[in-house]
This record gives sequence, C-alpha cells and structure tokens, in this order.
Amino acid sequence: MSYITKSPWVIHYDGSSCNGCDIEVLACLMPMYDVERFGVINTGNPKHADVFLVTGSINEQNKNVVKQIYEQMPEPKVVVAIGICACNGGIFKECYNILGGVDTVIPVDAYVPGCAARPEAIIDAVVAGLGILEQKRAAMLEAPKAAPAVEEPAAEEAEEAEEAAAEAEEAPVEEAAEEAAEEGKEEA
Amino acid sequence: MVKVIICVIAYLVLAPFVGGILAGLDRKISARMQGRVGPPILQPFYDVLKLTEKENITVNRVQDFYVMCFFIFVLVTGGLFFAGENLLLVMFTLTLASVFLIIAAFSSNSPYSEVGAERELLQMLAYEPMVLITCVGFYMFTGSFQVGQIMLSTQMPLPYLIGLFIGFVFILTIKFRKSPFDLSMSHHAHQELVAGLKTEFSGKTLALVEAAHWYENVFLLGMVFLFFVNGQWWGYVIGAVVCLGTYFLEILIDNSFARMKWQVAINSAWIVALVLGTVNLFMLLFI
Amino acid sequence: MSTIIFLIGFPFIVALALLVLKTDTARDIIVKVASIVIIAASILLVVQNFKSGGEYFSVKYAETIGTVMMVVEVCLALMVVILGFKYKRYGAPLFAVIQTPLMIWFELTKGHHINVSNQMYIDRLSMIMVLIIGIVGSLITVYAIGYMKDFQHHQKEGVPDRRPWFFFLMFLFLSAMFGLVMSNNLIWMYFFWEITSLCSFFLIGFNGLFHKKENEDTIATRNAFRALVMNLAGGLGFVIGIILLGTYYETLELSTMITIGAMGYSVVAPAAFLAFAGITKAAQMPFNSWLLGAMVAPTPTSALLHSSTMVKAGVFIIIKLAPVLGWNFAGLMVMMVGGITFLMASFCAISQTNAKKVLAYSTVANLGLIVACGGVGSAEAVWAGIMLIIFHAVTKSLLFLCVGTAEHQIGSRDIEDMDGLFERLPKLAAFMLIGIAGMFLAPFGMLISKWATMVAFVDSSNILLVVIICFGSAATAFYWTKWMGKLSATMAGQENIQKNVHGEETFVHTVLSALTVIVCLGFPFISSSMVVPYLEDGFGSVETLALSANNMIIDCIMVAVLVLLFAFFFGRTNKKIVPLYMAGYNMGDDLTFMNAMKGETPVSLRNWYMESYFGETKMNVIGVACTAVCIVAALGVIVGQILGGGM
Repeated sequence: MSYITKSPWVIHYDGSSCNGCDIEVLACLMPMYDVERFGVINTGNPKHADVFLVTGSINEQNKNVVKQIYEQMPEPKVVVAIGICACNGGIFKECYNILGGVDTVIPVDAYVPGCAARPEAIIDAVVAGLGILEQKRAAMLEAPKAAPAVEEPAAEEAEEAEEAAAEAEEAPVEEAAEEAAEEGKEEA
Repeated sequence: MVKVIICVIAYLVLAPFVGGILAGLDRKISARMQGRVGPPILQPFYDVLKLTEKENITVNRVQDFYVMCFFIFVLVTGGLFFAGENLLLVMFTLTLASVFLIIAAFSSNSPYSEVGAERELLQMLAYEPMVLITCVGFYMFTGSFQVGQIMLSTQMPLPYLIGLFIGFVFILTIKFRKSPFDLSMSHHAHQELVAGLKTEFSGKTLALVEAAHWYENVFLLGMVFLFFVNGQWWGYVIGAVVCLGTYFLEILIDNSFARMKWQVAINSAWIVALVLGTVNLFMLLFI
Repeated sequence: MSTIIFLIGFPFIVALALLVLKTDTARDIIVKVASIVIIAASILLVVQNFKSGGEYFSVKYAETIGTVMMVVEVCLALMVVILGFKYKRYGAPLFAVIQTPLMIWFELTKGHHINVSNQMYIDRLSMIMVLIIGIVGSLITVYAIGYMKDFQHHQKEGVPDRRPWFFFLMFLFLSAMFGLVMSNNLIWMYFFWEITSLCSFFLIGFNGLFHKKENEDTIATRNAFRALVMNLAGGLGFVIGIILLGTYYETLELSTMITIGAMGYSVVAPAAFLAFAGITKAAQMPFNSWLLGAMVAPTPTSALLHSSTMVKAGVFIIIKLAPVLGWNFAGLMVMMVGGITFLMASFCAISQTNAKKVLAYSTVANLGLIVACGGVGSAEAVWAGIMLIIFHAVTKSLLFLCVGTAEHQIGSRDIEDMDGLFERLPKLAAFMLIGIAGMFLAPFGMLISKWATMVAFVDSSNILLVVIICFGSAATAFYWTKWMGKLSATMAGQENIQKNVHGEETFVHTVLSALTVIVCLGFPFISSSMVVPYLEDGFGSVETLALSANNMIIDCIMVAVLVLLFAFFFGRTNKKIVPLYMAGYNMGDDLTFMNAMKGETPVSLRNWYMESYFGETKMNVIGVACTAVCIVAALGVIVGQILGGGM
C-alpha cells in the first residue's frame, strides 16, 4: 500500500457556491468530525494538495482558475465535487453565466450531492477518492514501464489511460457517496 | 574520535525519527488542546513518505538545487554540533543553510514565496543576535566554544546563563515556526498566505524541507540540553526533561496565540536579546 | 631594496606615460603590460623577503629626497588653496594653510635634528598590503580600460576625452600606496598620505572639476571637496601626531615608536592623533560621508578607493599601531568609533536600494570592524583585522566592478532593477553572487574573520563590542541575502545580453572571483606563513588563535564542498517545469495574472527596506553623534594631559 492514502492533503475552492457547502467542508475539519484523524490537512496551495474539493458551479469567471488549480496539482490527484451545484450546476444551472458542474472543465472522481452536502457525505467521498488516488498512483508507476521509448507522448498516453481508469471508477463511487448521503439523511 | 563518529552517525540516523515523532506529538497534543482526536503519532512520516510518491515537478532549474543545499547544510549543522565542534561554526553553518532556503524561495520569483522569503529573512534578523549571544555566554562560562568541551563542564551552566536560557527559549518560538512568530511559513493553513516560503516547493522537495525541519528541531533541542550538562547522570535527565518541557511549552504557546505582526517579532526578539543577553554577559564578566 | 624603489617608481612613470600618450591602443597596451609588471614585482618582493620576514632600509640621499618631498608638499598645498578659492570652498585651503606650514616649521627646526636611521622597511604586513595593492589595484586598472570606453561612449557630444588624466591618477595612486605601506619615516609616510588624499580628491571630482563650466557647483565638485576637507583634517591629525612624537620621544620612526610603546612607555598621545588620521581616511563615522560621496566618480574609482587603496591606508596605520592601543584612551577611542560605525553602517545598508550605496555602507561597516580590531590591540584581534583586510579587498573590488558593469548594461545601479539578472547577464550575476557570498556566508573569508573578531572581542572582555557585532552581523546577513534573492530570481522571457560586456571586464571578474575562492581555501596557509609570524614579531608569542587548526580545516572542506556542489548539480534537473501559483489565473508567462475584473495584472516584486527602523538619516545622526563624542572625549583628555604637563 502506498502512503498516499494515509495523508490526503486537500485544497478547497469555492466556485460560485452560496457558502453552504463551504461551511460544511470546514465543519469536517472542526472538532466534531476532525478529519485530521485520517491525516487530512487543508492546504490552500495546489502544489501541496492531493484532493481538490470544489463547491459551487463553474462559471465563465472561474473556469480558467479551476482548470489551472487542477493542472498545478502534482499527480496523483483526485477531484471531489461537493454539493449539487458542483455536481451539475444545481439550481443555478440555467443561469446565463453558468457552464454547469465541475466536470465541464476538469475530470471529477467523486460527486457529493446535497444542498448543502453533509459532512459525513463529504468525508465518505474523500475516503472513496483515496481508493482512486491509490489506483492512479499505481497507474503512474506503470506508465513509464509501459512506454519507455519516447517521453512526452508516453506521458500523454499515460494520462489518457489514467483518465479512462478514473472514469471507470466514477460510477460506483458516486453511488457510494450518494448512498452515504442518504444514510446520513436517514440517521438525521 | 570513534565516539565522535558514533555521535554524528547516531544524529544523522536517529534525528529524523526523533524529530518526526516530536512533530507527531505536536500535532496530537495540539489536536487535544483544541478538543479534537488528532492524527496518529506517525502522521508526519506518512506525510513525508507520501510527498516522495508525488509527481516530480518544479518551477525552475535551480530551486531544487538550493533546497538540496539547505538540507545538506542543516545536516552539517547538526552533525558539527553533535561532533562536539565549535558552537559559532555550527551557528554560522545554520545561517548558511537558512540562506539557501531563502534563496530557493526567492529564485521562484513567485509572489507568495517571495513574501515568505522576506519574512524568513526578517526572522533571521530577529533571532540571530540572541543565538550568537548565547554562544558567547557558553564561551564565557566554560572557556570554550567547542561543544565537546562544554559537555565536560562539571557545573551546570543554567544558573549562570539563566538570562540567556530564557532568551533562547524565546527565540525558539521563531525557530520552531510557532505562533505568534510563524511569519514565514506555518503548519497551519488558516494563518498563511498560500503556504508562505514553501509555496512553490512540491513533492520530494517539500519532503526534504520537512525532513530538514526535523533535523533542525533536534539540533535546537540539543542546544537547550547544553544548558543542563554537569557531567552527572541526573544533569542529563534534567536536560532531557527540560527539552521535552520546552517543546511542550512551545506547543502551548502555538495554540494560545494568533500570528502577530512582524514588528512585534523583531522588536520583542531584539529587546530580549539586548536586555537578557547583554545583562547576562556582563554578569558573567564578574563571576 | 631595488624592488621597493621599482614598485614606487614604476607606477609613477607609467602614470606620466599615460598622461602623455592619448591614443586608445597605446593606453590599452601600456595599462595591461604595466599591470602585469606591477603584479609580478609585488610577488617578486614577497618572494624575496618571504624567508627573512622583511628588513629595514636606510635610503641614500634621504636628505635630498626629504627636501624634494617638502617642496612637492608646498606645491600641493598651494594647489589646494588655489582650487579652493576658485570653487569658493574655503575649508580645504584652511586646513592646507594650517598643516603645511606647521609641518615645514617642524621639519626645519626640531625635526631636522632627529636622526632617522631607517626610512623604508618591509615586513609581513607590508607584504600583504603590497600584494593587495599590486594584484587587486592592477586588476582594477585593467577593468577600467573597458569601463572607461563605455563611460566615454555614454558622455554627451563634445565632452573632451579626459581618460589620460584618469589613468594618470589611478597609477599615481598605486605608486603612493606602495610608498605609504613601506615607509618607516613618518614624514615620508605623511607625504604619501597627502598624495593619496589629493588623488582621491581629483578622482572623486572627475566629473566636475576642470570639466563643467568654471566655478559651477556640481555634486562631483561638492563631494570631492568634502572628501578633501575630511582627509586634510586627518592629515592635520597626522602632523600633530608627528610633532608630538618628535618633541616628546625624539624619534620619527614608526618602528621606534612601537618599540617604545612595547617597552611599557606610554605613546598614547601621538598614537591617538595618528589613529585619528587613520579614522578619517578609513571613512569611519563621523567622517563616513566622504566615502559615500565618492560614488559620483566612475566605478573603477570607487573600487580602488573602497577595496585595495585609500581606506586600506587608514586601517593599515591603525593595525600598525595596534600594539600600542588597547585599554588606553587612544585604544578606547578607536574601538568605540569602529564598533559604533560597524553597527550603524550595517543598519544603514538595509535601507538602501542603490547598489553602490549598499556597497559603500558595507565598506564603512567592515572597516569599522577592522578599526575596532586595531583598537582592541590584542594579537587575536589583529589577526582578525588583517584577515578582514585581505578578504575585504578581494571581495569588495569584485562586487564594485560587477555593479559597475551591471550599471552600464542595464542602465541602473538600483537593486530593484536587478530582477532576474541571472537570466539577463548570467555570468555577471554568478560573479556577483560569489562576491556577496564571500561577504557574509559561512565558509567564506569575511565570515571567518568576523568569527575571529568576535572571539577576540570576548577574550578582551569587551562585552559592548561583542553585543555590537552580534547585532551587526544579523543586519549584514539581512541586506546581503535580500540582494542575493533579487539576483537569483528566475524570470521568464528575459533577453541575454552577456555578450555586450567588455572582454577585459569579464576577465577581471573571473580572476577576482577565483581569487575570492582561492583566498578562502588558502587562508590557513596565509595565516601560518604571513600573519602569525608578523604577530609573533609584534606581540611576542602568539599562544591562542581564535580559530583552531581544526576549525580552519572544516571550513576549507566546506568551501570545497560548496564549490563542488555548484559545479556538479547547479541548474540541472530532470523534473517537469511548471508555471507558478498565483492564487488566480496565471496567464502562463509567470509574469502576469488575471485579476478579479478579468484584466491582466503584471507581477512586480519588491524587497523590504524597513525605512522606519533603519532610515539612513536616523542611523547617521546617531552614529555621528556617538562617535564624535568618543573622539572629542578621548582627544580632549589627551590634549589636557599634554597641556597639564602629564606626558
């Protein structure tokens, strides 16, 4: 097992969220849920982060920023869309400036629905994201072995392969996250 | 000679473990102080090992070189200290290491790194006089700058160097990068401009910076220990206990203060150095 | 003996030749050949006397030479008076009118009867000085060839080419410096002393004197006269010192004076006045303003004044006098002035953006340290002081010459304009970095000396100086590191203009950089073969040195490791290079980001100068006030003793 799952550092970006989900994200870090138990640290710097938490939908103003934060995170990395707005645009979907969910600009690995998303669900999604992180790490190690001849195209191929792998993973995780969210609701 | 080599190797091998566990305790105790459960004690090791698994990226061709030099010279600093070498040489090597770290941050030309670098520089300006005065105090008391000679002292330096001890513990807050003086880079994201000095470091480079920090912490606690040696076993015990106590005190201070303005850091550190340091040195002259 | 005469005479002849020959080619060849000859002669002198450790010489026709010197002095004094009236600046003529007649009166009456057996001498300290003047000084003249071409090129149309005059002064300066460090007869030394004062006056005033419209009050003229007044004030101190020495001790020889002091008789009074002369020449507070004013001159002048000559004459005499200083009024004056100057000038340097001003303040600060070492007067302190002289000469000249080139290439001497110099002038930036590292970082020379200085201060129980050096070196690290940071910043999209630099300039930079490193590697040898024997002659046995042999070895290893690290790993990476994080949208060039209004904002980074803490005026006022009090108090007490018949 790689250490990547034992120390997921997150970066949190507020797209055009109403701040409801942001407060829930921060609640996870508070004594009540204390995700630092799992080694989670909120970094504020993409170059240190493994997990990208996005709340709110993507609009014309922030699409480049979200894209760049994602690009600046070193591999392996996962993206978690938090709240219904981040998943598909939510109630803002039809607005003139809204492009939609986070997956309109970057590949998303786990979706957390809800308005606002519950802390338990967020934690579950991050934990689910860790599994993907582990797989991406494995893919990263594989990549140079697969095509050692030419460097750059190989890297691209590897990325494509990773993306494919990630996409394959998305569905179950999403379900898992949703289930978790529903469970949370039931408990509440 | 053999003893020296053993000491140095022991430092190089054990310091990261001790430093890492201390860092883990720090996080655990901080969490408990905040009413949280906190991460496992071994969490800092997981973090560093994870960083080594990340993708290799950098912002220019020289930054990683400077960070490597920083790491090497932090090791040299501690190595010289535990080899019983000259205290001033040790401190000057530490300055060299810090300068490499600062240059690494400057070299990126990134706004956040640069703010961190300037603040780190300011911290150096703040703590350097006190550190040098402490070394001079040891020299005046024991008659030698050699750590090896100081270790042979049969009288505990603390009562005679009490002013220097307080002053040194004061600037340890800066050196350990604890609030209220964690100006250049903090372990807490909530009071940092992005990540300060280390904004542009990532992956293995960041891992090196963390590991160097552990080495540095162990060396600094070694300095604290030096105040208690008297050639007796109980002197060593007191020294070790006070080291841990000092570390705990720094954690407590960290959790009870918010970051303060840089003016407070430099003013207070200089006043402490000027008052406690100078008075103590004059006292030593007449003892 | 013949080598000594050659070293004094040859640069003088070259100077005259350069004044006469006005073509570029002739000048290039003469300067280059003369430099090689001077360097070779300096080394030859050291080789000749290396084993014996030097000797004293009595010069034939000393009487005649003395008379010639007197006549020249009178001519120079007349010149000062005329120039002073011409430019309506009466301070300098006033001093000239006081001191020259005083000196001549003394020489013709009392001084005439005092027998001077050895006019010249060479010892290990002089050898070190000769090497510094010969090697560093000559390299600066070689650099000046290329620099002055650019300088002339930058001048407005119709400005006459006055380079012959410039090179004449440079070589005359070298000649006078050689004379100064090898004269045992204080009257001869005074003669050379005055020549250096006047040369510096003309060099500082190069852009103003005889140049702009008659009587016009330019900055250059003003600063030149300020330098002249201060140096003549020091010259007056020198004259009083000589008169006191002649009147009360019946000797005019430096060596005899020190021997008398070493025998336990107090020679505080003449020592204090000679040291005062040294303080003015070494640009210590309250006289530091002349050195800062000297920056109006072309850069080779600054390099020459700051590193190998002029100011080094000031510290040379103080180091020479060190055995008779120490815990007496003269010694206290010198160490306090040096200490306070070191601290205040280091603080001043923090608040400066002008690179040459930073260098100037750093020079003043380091000289302060040397002066303080001389004042403490123990063998350890003098060891540190001599080491500081050596390292400072090499490193500081390198830095000045680098800044001079940078100024011509990027059109500014402001540190804030040196953003990303590593991309624009990679070689020059590397040389500059070596120079800066040499000034304050661990395994390099200046730091070693500072370390030794600190130990010497503690050993002499001078807590105040210890505290001063602790704070001062923190400040030193601050201003150098932020400059280094500025240089090493990597900026995209810069054009490389290294090819525009003159070949001579790069050559001199390379040699001086290499010297900086070599001197660091070789300093245990310099210490054991030159400095320690010198100290043994002056102080008897030298039991303890601040640095043990072990420390020196560790230090040399560190230098070697650093050099190797840079040689093998610098700038090599196989990592992917990615853009910077800018907390918004980095436009991709690392120099602009998209702001909240979707506009593009360029990134501009500036250093800290902490004006409110270390403002130049504030520091200068404090420093000048404190040092003036020290000098007035010490000299006052001494004059009181003389007048009260306490001698």
